[in-house]
Amino acid sequence: MGLLFSFFAVITLGVIVFAGVKAAHLQYLFGVVIPYAAFLIFIIGIIYRVVQWGRIPVPFRIPTTAGQEKSFPWIKHNKIDNPFTSLGVIVRMAFEVLLFRSLFRNTKAELRDGPKLSYGSTKWLWLGGLAFHYTFLVILIRHLRLFTEPVPYVITLMESLDGFFQVAAPVLYLSDLIFLGAVTYLFLRRVIIPQMYYISLAADYFPLFLIGAIGASGVLMRYFLKTDVVGIKELTMGLITFSPVVPQTIGTLFYIHLFLVSALFAYFPMSKLMHMAGVFLSPTRNLANNNRAVRHVNPWNYPVKVHTYEEYEDEFREKMKAVGIPVEKE
Amino acid sequence: MAELKPEELAKIDYKPQKTGWMDTPTVFKKGMFCYGNQPKNLEMVGFPNARHWSILDEDWKLPQNWQEIFIEGLRERIDKYRSFRLFLDICVRCGACADKCHYFISSGDPKNMPVLRAELLRSVYKKYCTTSGKIMGKIAGARDLTIDVLKELWYYAYQCSECRRCSVFCPYGIDTAEITILARELLNLLGLNTHWISAPVANCYRTGNHLGLLPHTQKDTFDEMTADLEKVTGIKVDVPLNRKGAEVLYYIPSGDMFDERGYYLTMGTLLYFHEIGLDYTWSTYLSDGGNFGFFTTNEVAKRLNAKAYAEAKRLKVKWLMGGECGHMWRVIHQYMNTWNGPPDFLEEPVSPFTGTKFENAKSTKVVHICEFTADMIKHGKLNLDKSKNDNLIVTFHDSCNTSRGMGFFEEPRYIINNVCNNFYEMPENTIREQTFCCGCGSGLNASEDMELRLRGGLPRANAVRHVHEKYGVNRLACICAIDRAVLPPLMDYWVPGVSVSGVHEMVGNALVVKGEKKRTTDLRGEPLPGMEGE
Repeated sequence: MGLLFSFFAVITLGVIVFAGVKAAHLQYLFGVVIPYAAFLIFIIGIIYRVVQWGRIPVPFRIPTTAGQEKSFPWIKHNKIDNPFTSLGVIVRMAFEVLLFRSLFRNTKAELRDGPKLSYGSTKWLWLGGLAFHYTFLVILIRHLRLFTEPVPYVITLMESLDGFFQVAAPVLYLSDLIFLGAVTYLFLRRVIIPQMYYISLAADYFPLFLIGAIGASGVLMRYFLKTDVVGIKELTMGLITFSPVVPQTIGTLFYIHLFLVSALFAYFPMSKLMHMAGVFLSPTRNLANNNRAVRHVNPWNYPVKVHTYEEYEDEFREKMKAVGIPVEKE
Repeated sequence: MAELKPEELAKIDYKPQKTGWMDTPTVFKKGMFCYGNQPKNLEMVGFPNARHWSILDEDWKLPQNWQEIFIEGLRERIDKYRSFRLFLDICVRCGACADKCHYFISSGDPKNMPVLRAELLRSVYKKYCTTSGKIMGKIAGARDLTIDVLKELWYYAYQCSECRRCSVFCPYGIDTAEITILARELLNLLGLNTHWISAPVANCYRTGNHLGLLPHTQKDTFDEMTADLEKVTGIKVDVPLNRKGAEVLYYIPSGDMFDERGYYLTMGTLLYFHEIGLDYTWSTYLSDGGNFGFFTTNEVAKRLNAKAYAEAKRLKVKWLMGGECGHMWRVIHQYMNTWNGPPDFLEEPVSPFTGTKFENAKSTKVVHICEFTADMIKHGKLNLDKSKNDNLIVTFHDSCNTSRGMGFFEEPRYIINNVCNNFYEMPENTIREQTFCCGCGSGLNASEDMELRLRGGLPRANAVRHVHEKYGVNRLACICAIDRAVLPPLMDYWVPGVSVSGVHEMVGNALVVKGEKKRTTDLRGEPLPGMEGE
């Protein structure tokens, strides 16, 4: 159900723009108003969510320790997977955020007759995830050429590296190829692996379809259908300089692309995609395991009723005295 | 589980049902859950809604406004625990955690995949605490909190041992234990607990230990231990009880006063402290370091834990030392000081024999006995005869809590390698931070849920079987009282021929004690290697 719903939801989004631009000529709405609104929702939404999380206390220091703790000088301390200092935490987080270290550990459990359980290393999800996120980033940075004049050297450099193999005309970007492959992989594993299919919700398929459609429309524009790049840049520069113009020469496909991107931006803060910001706040990863050396304070710690020694002794005094256990009150 | 043979139990179907999980009702399977609590045990610590009820009854006799209580409780907790809210918000259902859970691996039940176990509660959170869930309902992954949903939450909150193995693999560090802990808190608001957890909690509150051992019974047990020690070594050791002014207050999980392997472990510890002449005391009031309160609510856990610092203050000791236990150490390491500290009246722990400052324990002021002993051995303070343990081929089971809640790997291994000659590691994906639960953590070690236990323990047992067959391993050493109680039946079922012990039992065996007679048996009364005829 989630799969079909998401599929048709994305199709519907496409149809809306098509109709809106082709029939109702709402270029200004789809080219200016909606992108601005979506961007605003994106920024405000993310800030709102992060502030909301940030205001919730962290009552206990609960890092998941994945290596030897700091102990005696003669025991080798795993400073990254079991950090003792803030520096260690920064390194751990950097590995987590930039290289998906936890996912790199992934194994696949297999049960054979015997019974015999084995756990093979499996890196596909890690590789697919890494490929997806990094090519997405590269594509995003490449798009900055639309918002800068003159285009900074780093962006041009990135483009030429991305198109290193000089295949096809216009030059094929490796990132486009890998990106579409990775999205396809992330989708296919959801439908092919029975457990994945079982746990997948609309909230999992929708962003995949949306991102896939954004990628596909982008690729269509760049490699297959003629697109008025000059007109698009005029529009994007207008947006960034707050003096929007809508050249009439831009095709509908561009508006579909732009609208899907807007949809993604607007959807982002209310979805699981917030893992992008959330990972930085995860208490099992971003805290040092120095618990016994540095006290962690719980801001809502409150006094509780305890069973005191006095109450204990009052109940058992005679029994204690009978076997010679010292007591406070004879 | 005598009726189900291991080869039958190991036939596991991993194919999920045809119907979606929200539309697949949870069927309570006998052998997979613990009995419900009795009212008197809840009343002892003042839990609300104490009453007689039974899990298999249709009617759980819930208070009229149970939904309101649950949802209010949920709203309160998402504002108190960043972990809880964040983990409910950011899961992308990548599935990396799925086959990391011992209960999923050994049951194939999709609701035992950590991602789905969390989703059971996440769906309720979405419905009542998020806008998208309120509007979009099922499409947003939200569902109503019905009585069947509540029962399902109970069933699976008590099929998670809070081992945190999944959180090692999660790219965002989502910790299912955190979700289970808070799900159990919510269930406790409705008086829904288990007998196996609530009875020890009530005992512990009143008598200081889970088993309800009264002070004179504890004294009797120590007397038996010292008599047994005298038989083996010819030495009579002192057991200081509730002694004021000692340097160290030592405390252990109460299982080590009762359970057979725990008993031998405590014997070993007594002999060891005697030999080094440690200035220490036991306490009958602080007679449990274990904390089943941790499996109910944070508040009750804190209330049970309070006695440690209070007793240290009363007895005017300098610092505390804790015995071999798993969740006891999660609590000491990650919670105790926050709950009941700072213990300003104590001193920063220093070994009186080596002068080593336990820098990593300078604030909480509790040292693990394995840290203490490893330091003693490193400084050559112990006279150890490894050959006394030559009949043992040893492997080591890392306990979940000390592994993923501390990172306590090398200290126990260092000791083991110094007290025995034959040590072999289990495969690397089953030890250290990737260690597998015994199948009984977080208060699931009852007898009525034996199928759950034997299933959950399969990945651990299977790794033991690997080294049993490859190297002839016949001893599974561990530093956890629940392990010592539950691994023996697990081994008997899956890997017959492997015995279980604490680390300091083996220390006691290898230790050469001044003035002792020639030992012919180990602490268990079994012949030492080469002494079989004597």
